[in-house]
Amino acid sequence: MRKNRFLGVWTVLVFAFLLLPLVIVTITAFGEANVVQFPIQGFTFKWFGKALSSNSFMSACFYSLRLALVATLLALLVGIPGAYALARYSIKGKQLIKSFFLSPTIVPGTVLGFALFQVIVVQLQIPYDIGLLFGHFLIVLPYVIRIVGSSLEQFDFSIEEAAWTLGCGKIKTFFTIVLPNITSGISSAFLLAFINSFNNVPVSMFLIGPGTTTLPATLMGYLESGYDPTVPAFSVLMMLATIGIMFVVEKTLGIAALSK
Amino acid sequence: MKNQMKYLLLVPGIILLAVFLVMPLLSIFLPTIFTEAGVTLDSYIQFFQDPLNVRIFIRTLRVALITTIICVFLAVPAAYYMSRCKQSVKGILMTISIFPLLTNSVIRSFAWITILGRNGIINQILTSIGIVEEPIQMLYTEFAIVIGSVYLFLPLMLTTLAGVMDNIENDMMEAAESLGANRLVAFLKVILPLSLPGIIVGSTLVFTGTLSAYTTPQLLGGNSNTVMATFIYEKSMSLGDWEGTSVIAVIMIITTVIAMKVLNTIANRLDKRGGDNA
Repeated sequence: MRKNRFLGVWTVLVFAFLLLPLVIVTITAFGEANVVQFPIQGFTFKWFGKALSSNSFMSACFYSLRLALVATLLALLVGIPGAYALARYSIKGKQLIKSFFLSPTIVPGTVLGFALFQVIVVQLQIPYDIGLLFGHFLIVLPYVIRIVGSSLEQFDFSIEEAAWTLGCGKIKTFFTIVLPNITSGISSAFLLAFINSFNNVPVSMFLIGPGTTTLPATLMGYLESGYDPTVPAFSVLMMLATIGIMFVVEKTLGIAALSK
Repeated sequence: MKNQMKYLLLVPGIILLAVFLVMPLLSIFLPTIFTEAGVTLDSYIQFFQDPLNVRIFIRTLRVALITTIICVFLAVPAAYYMSRCKQSVKGILMTISIFPLLTNSVIRSFAWITILGRNGIINQILTSIGIVEEPIQMLYTEFAIVIGSVYLFLPLMLTTLAGVMDNIENDMMEAAESLGANRLVAFLKVILPLSLPGIIVGSTLVFTGTLSAYTTPQLLGGNSNTVMATFIYEKSMSLGDWEGTSVIAVIMIITTVIAMKVLNTIANRLDKRGGDNA
């Protein structure tokens, strides 16, 4: 019994270590002073107002949302057919192709960012935001391949064959039979891809330009140059959004969908 | 027709990966070995001849290694405890582990600036109790990078291990105990070996993650504690040394791949051994 208590205390400490820093960030967002300090003096909501009316934060936020959405949709558009082909057909070099699709995960973010910057922006003179978009596409594609792929592996393809025999066309079968059966996989792939693109820093650092800067890069910039509690205030808003997403996921897919 | 169809589905992905991943990586890699003097590894030899570079390289490996060890040390008991909890408690703990994973790394590093800074929480406590007279330097040290990295990757280790520990039957522990092992011995001799494959998967994620993490060393390490990921940025965006940066980039990829291979090999060996016993 005593050992069990030791484990319990250990676990409480580990989880306190995980939560306390974020609690501290949250508290510092409410201080009245112009500097981020803990414990805080006074209590105010003014930094939230400032965060929401800050042009640089808000435009970066909308840019990041757009970027994450487009990169994720592109990855789904390319990844779902790819994952389908890999799960459905016997293909020569199947493992190799799958590893190729998953290979962006082994390339460190700063390396990918630098390589894209060097080739797309410097050598080919293609605008920054195109490089940024495809950089994010590469980061999120493995999520789609992995998660949609594992949904498809559990799908019973004899149902699809039944539809074919009954005269349903291949494309129509895919959209009316296969796709509805893997929606939960697609949803969790979408969410994880979106969140990871939205949060990415290393790839973005090389590919942001004037007017096309992402939210994490903007936050980094503030942290490196001097900042007031608008930074924790905006952090709190982002964490609230995350909690909102987690709540919806828990009610629909189950929270385990986010730890794949 | 059917044959072409299945390859057609793979073509868009392959093309995009070729254009935006393979081509850029090759075009930074090839110039580092093909020089006017022919094929040579000179630029890599030069890199490792500069003690400053070697220091950065070793620091990167050291930070990743220490971070991984601390994560295993913290996560193994916690994940085991978690896996023995009631379903409802387990759900809550799982949610607490997933939340940081979805929270931006900038925010998670920022938290530690407030805690470790000169006027940060720890220094306030230390000076008010009178343990130290002057605030001690914790932020912008290697120690800060390690703490920040542990904070960044511990949730990943926890969620990975929780999945593995769930599959270990409760009877195992009871069997060991009924045969006379005390709890600690039973844990070390039964639970730990059974969760070793999970520990290795988690360690691979944490080690390679820390190797390539940029945000945390950038924000918590300051200027004098460069690691490979921040070195790349500095060399390219601040110094404009494209070739030097390419060399660092290639070394980073190779280091990551080697680390993965080594840990994978260990995992496979263990798997085989487990298979023989069964």
